[in-house]
Amino acid sequence: MRGRARVAAAACAAVVALALGTGACASGSAAGGETTLTVLAAASLTETLNAAKPAYEREHPGVKPRFSFAGSQELAAQVRQGAPADVIATADERTMSGLGDDVTKPSVFATNRLRIAVAPGNPKRVRGLADLTRKDLTVVLAAPTVPAGRYARQALGRAGVNVAPRSEEKDVKSVVTRIRLGEADAGIVYGSDVAAAGKAVSGVAIPDAQNVTARYPVAVVSTTEHREHAQALVTWMSSPAFRKELTARGFGTP
Amino acid sequence: MITTPKAVRPRVPALLWIPAAGALVLIVLPLAGLVVRAPWAQVLPRLTDPAVTESLRLSLVCSFAALGLSLLVGVPLAWLLARVEFPGKALVRAAVLLPLVLPPVVGGVALLLAFGRNGLAGPLLDAAGVRLPFTTAGAVLAETFVALPFLTLSVEGAIAGLDRRHEEVAATLGSGPLRVFGTVTLPLVAPALAAGGALAWARALGEFGATITFAGNLPGETQTLPLAVYLLLQDDPDAAIVVSLLLLAVSAALLIALRARWLSPLRSRPGALP
Repeated sequence: MRGRARVAAAACAAVVALALGTGACASGSAAGGETTLTVLAAASLTETLNAAKPAYEREHPGVKPRFSFAGSQELAAQVRQGAPADVIATADERTMSGLGDDVTKPSVFATNRLRIAVAPGNPKRVRGLADLTRKDLTVVLAAPTVPAGRYARQALGRAGVNVAPRSEEKDVKSVVTRIRLGEADAGIVYGSDVAAAGKAVSGVAIPDAQNVTARYPVAVVSTTEHREHAQALVTWMSSPAFRKELTARGFGTP
Repeated sequence: MITTPKAVRPRVPALLWIPAAGALVLIVLPLAGLVVRAPWAQVLPRLTDPAVTESLRLSLVCSFAALGLSLLVGVPLAWLLARVEFPGKALVRAAVLLPLVLPPVVGGVALLLAFGRNGLAGPLLDAAGVRLPFTTAGAVLAETFVALPFLTLSVEGAIAGLDRRHEEVAATLGSGPLRVFGTVTLPLVAPALAAGGALAWARALGEFGATITFAGNLPGETQTLPLAVYLLLQDDPDAAIVVSLLLLAVSAALLIALRARWLSPLRSRPGALP
């Protein structure tokens, strides 16, 4: 019996060591003078950031950004739970301001307008938000907790239409996937998502009077161990080079 | 060295103690985290929130429907695998077990490609007026997909381990094969049926990936408790913790209840003749 406490302590130590080891790997080490920056980014930024990555690495030797894409709220939850991240870019300012002191000095680097995503060639002839109430259409929206879902409901409110979605997807990319697979006929997504999907979906414009502009802020996570590199990445996201990448992919710039 | 089993307790080497205790810490510590961090003052108001009770109701409906469906098709499948020889049986068994190791999201995608609007069986289902994605039936199907192997595996093992003389005696006394199956075989494998059923039900209750991928997420229709936890975590972490506690309590209660009544007899070999 006398060894039991010692054994338990050793077991705890083993597990803690394991956890720390994993954590250290995840936060990125500076082995060989190379810094890995963990960037949490809204799902709608997937293609743009991936495309801009090689250029960034060329301009910043020794720094490797690593992206984790998800719904903005999910990313914010990860930061609140202390996930080892250096930079966070969300699809709305509300989520970012909800992070308070967990991030430093958010700045808006991109904007995005809503579009209706439909099957290629728009076979169901969707012409606007009012059509989304049609009984022959299966409509999906992002969940109201996700920025894209909140904006979609704002736009529907401005248009004075009441839509009953068949599913509330966990992020905006899942809405596009439903359209791509043909499970849904229409969904409200960002213009950048329609551009990113290429020929797999078509977009239907939403008039300015009904549309909502999403503003994308980016900020350095307060707990970062690579503050300088993280700040440099944030600054770079407002550079002309990155703005060109953004506009080519259906985004606007502030 | 000669010892009587009673006199000397085997010494458990530290080499086994330490990793075993580590495993326990790994499992228990997260559960403790959930209990310690829970906003206990808010538990009652959160649990009576209509959104939560709606998801709970749906979760119970779907998980028990998935259990029923698993029993309906899984027990005959188990019997087939245990008793009938046919070509390609090893492949069939592997296919039956696949959902155990397949990531549930992949299962959801596979279900979409099979039963979705543009899936393999899509036109057939469409003609029959059946729509599975975005419906409660779809959620049940997704849960059954992941839960079925637990039941089949457990029941197949029990049937294969049965002493066949019981059934032979019943048959010589004039019982038909179906009657033998219902009155002799099934009662003999009841403990395995209960254990497999409990595991299948618990797996169905906790199902997330296949459900959200195949059936979507709509409160009252397909948003079961795990989906509610996931979405609440993004918006209202405290509520997510409370709902997680509820899931934990429901699962633990069922396992404890079943352990007392059904799981213990598993230790004795079923169907051994006296």
